Amino acid sequence: MRPRSLNELMNTMDEFKGKSLSWHMTDGVIELALDRAPANEIGLAMLEDLERFVTMLPALELKASALVIYSKQKAGFSAGADLRELYTQAQKMEMASAVKGVRDFLQRIHAVMNRLDTSPLTTIAAVHGVCFGGGFELALACDLIVADKMARFCFPELRLGIIPCFGGIPRLKRDVGNAVVRDLLLTGRSINATKALAVGLASQVAAEGEALRLARATAAQTTKFDRTTAAAAKQFIKPLPDEELRREIDIFCELFTRPAVMEALRKFVESTDAMPYLP
Amino acid sequence: MKTIEQTTEEILTLAATHFKVPRAGLQASDDFYKKLGIDSLQALELLTRLENHFGVELPDYEVQGVSDFSTLASRIQSRL
Repeated sequence: MRPRSLNELMNTMDEFKGKSLSWHMTDGVIELALDRAPANEIGLAMLEDLERFVTMLPALELKASALVIYSKQKAGFSAGADLRELYTQAQKMEMASAVKGVRDFLQRIHAVMNRLDTSPLTTIAAVHGVCFGGGFELALACDLIVADKMARFCFPELRLGIIPCFGGIPRLKRDVGNAVVRDLLLTGRSINATKALAVGLASQVAAEGEALRLARATAAQTTKFDRTTAAAAKQFIKPLPDEELRREIDIFCELFTRPAVMEALRKFVESTDAMPYLP
Repeated sequence: MKTIEQTTEEILTLAATHFKVPRAGLQASDDFYKKLGIDSLQALELLTRLENHFGVELPDYEVQGVSDFSTLASRIQSRL
């Protein structure tokens, strides 16, 4: 049944359930739950649902103060880009077409990340388990990261001959010292929540299974503030690194054309190793 | 400073507790993937639990290819 009034239309936006995520709003806080097995890989399905969410954001922002993003998947917040989908799709086409498809995907996911990044809401990622690659980049688009003590953060892209490409490098550079950026990118190692807190990536560490509760408490605190003031403060302290974000896509697309990348992706996808994300 | 034997014992106890296997059934030379029946994500969980327990950082590349408790203990011991 179609909503009959503007109010009804606004209310229908307060909750949604898609293929890979859902959201609902309670007491001025929007909760966006990632929920795509096995580990919230970000492929076309997740992208489309995220696009749907950011399309609805302007209306949701009129009634909310905060946004909490979390995962319903046991494995963690998100394992990052759907590399199996990327490899499978790229295999079906000529390299020029594959690069065009990749660039289109990246521009779309960047638009989503940029919209989340610049939302006037206070945005909080409640992170547990794996928070790798594109999943880490999604968390970095948020204002605050509340990390479960079992969370692990990682940019494994260099292991595959590519770089993070959902806006992660400019955002990481914005948020932490360059030595930390180099450590994470150039070693591809994962770090735990305690380390993430120590270097300033995470704002709080929660006991096991408590990240969402802490994020909700933090979100509730933000509902006490004047929204115009909070939005103005955020805009002032969190600039969007536009030029670097655009450059990141260009560098990724240049690197993606090399045969070594497709070979690394093939090895990753076909691997039966215990820890397949390691080269 | 813990001895390597103490470190190994603590790893075996922690692994037995969290992956719900009898402690008596675990030995330092065991392949923990097989003995605990864990996959890559659970191995990462074990790594995190060990880091939290011992208060050390254990980069993934240091445990790449490591599958027995004894070698794992020596990697941790070198960071205590």
